[in-house]
Amino acid sequence: MADKQYRNQMTDNTCKIHVTNLKKNFGGLEVLKDISLDVTEGEVVVLLGPSGSGKSTLLRCLNQLETATSGRIIIDGHDVTDRHTDINKVRENIGMVFQHFNLFNHLTVMENMTLAPVHLKVASKEQAKQTAVQLLQRVGLEDKSEAYPSQLSGGQKQRVAIARALAMKPDIMLFDEPTSALDPEMVGEVLAVMKELARDGMTMVVVTHEIGFAREVADRVIFMEGGYIVEEGSPEELILHPREPRTIDFLSKVL
Amino acid sequence: MISILETYGAMLFTALGKTLLMTLLSLIFAMVIGMIFGLMNVGHNRVFNFIGTFYVDAVRGVPLIVLAYFIYFGVPAGIQGIGFSNFRLDALQAGTIALSMNCGAYMAEIIRAGIESVDRGQMEAGRSLGLPYGTCMALIVVPQAVRTMIPSIINQFIITLKDTSILSVIGFPELTNVGKTIVGNTFRSLETWAIIGVMYMVVIVTLSKAAKWVERRVNRGR
Ligand SMILES: Nc1ncnc2c1ncn2[C@@H]1O[C@H](COP(=O)(O)OP(=O)(O)OP(=O)(O)O)[C@@H](O)[C@H]1O
Ligand SMILES: [Mg+2]
Repeated sequence: MADKQYRNQMTDNTCKIHVTNLKKNFGGLEVLKDISLDVTEGEVVVLLGPSGSGKSTLLRCLNQLETATSGRIIIDGHDVTDRHTDINKVRENIGMVFQHFNLFNHLTVMENMTLAPVHLKVASKEQAKQTAVQLLQRVGLEDKSEAYPSQLSGGQKQRVAIARALAMKPDIMLFDEPTSALDPEMVGEVLAVMKELARDGMTMVVVTHEIGFAREVADRVIFMEGGYIVEEGSPEELILHPREPRTIDFLSKVL
Repeated sequence: MISILETYGAMLFTALGKTLLMTLLSLIFAMVIGMIFGLMNVGHNRVFNFIGTFYVDAVRGVPLIVLAYFIYFGVPAGIQGIGFSNFRLDALQAGTIALSMNCGAYMAEIIRAGIESVDRGQMEAGRSLGLPYGTCMALIVVPQAVRTMIPSIINQFIITLKDTSILSVIGFPELTNVGKTIVGNTFRSLETWAIIGVMYMVVIVTLSKAAKWVERRVNRGR
């Protein structure tokens, strides 16, 4: 019954991600203390916060790479905190991009991109290859389809990783510090792909220290610290006119 | 030396064949055993972890010769005792079981270590795309783990081949056992054991050379 209520709520305001009172402990360590968060369709949310504030953990709870200790997470109307939900089905719809790319090292770029769609029968082998070619063009790597990850630069790896996630045709994309492991000259090419994705209306949750990206692309910026959401608002409000002392303090260090 | 080879050459090569047969059979079974218990130790299921660890510790904690006696003499006696009076295990069967169990325990550790050497992010990336755990293991993690496991598996292969000689104690006519027979008949210990030593050595050196070649080929694609 509760489920139905959530579902209605979802269809009313096209809410893609609905988090209420999320808590996450690692043993005795409380990492997320009480997080509530809604993300609507097409919205780009940037998470800011100091190291250890729980940004990655929050992101990883959304697709259940970490199981929540308590609270509810509704993705597209599916309660992923409910044991009976087929989490694999929900994950097909949530792409994730990692700081360290996590490309499958033993497979070519093309194989990286077609493995999941073909195996999960989202597409036939032929369709999956076509989609992969199109996506590689989109991220500017159409000539790399037969390369192995070890033959790519960091920026190229991350663009392939984004394309691989997109190959599943997800509704939602999660990014965990996608540019933090890159040499400075490669950051731009990855951010450019992400900007284009945002412009095309993808729902995105992005953990990043790129304040410039947040100002330009985000619809909403959230500042986290110590397992709580301290402050949130438009990029204007949060980055240019923060109110909370902790936000001001953090921004003064990264700007 | 020539006369020993003339008289017993055929017997020695038959025995070498039996040694290789037992090694190969044991290795195949050990692979399966190692896969099962190794994978049990990789996941986070407490019951599986316990079973996996228990098996590895138990088998590694018993000398192979004791395990062989237990399976060759002990187990049939026990089974006959509960009413199956026709139950027998011949030396090949008992020896292969003992060797498979022993080698399987080491193989489980090799497989566990190999899988754990693969970055956790590989599994997470697979899961985040919606692939189930088993699929990620089979298509993403294990293929990468195998590369790091190959040298240890070859090493284990060689150890198993040498361990067959321990099974001469239960009377399986492998190389070492036949060696004892020949010495008993001829009293020419020096030549006999020298010949047998060289036979083991030739096989093992050939195997390790072949293995090195395979290893290089597998690593080339990286
Ligand atoms: N698997 C885990 N087991 C135990 N503790 C963990 C685990 N993952 C994260 N933590 C702890 O949880 C806290 C928050 O970690 P998290 O990675 O979410 O922070 P973060 O905001 O992403 O930081 P960073 O900017 O450094 O990536 C840290 O104190 C971290 O040590
Ligand atoms: Mg993090």
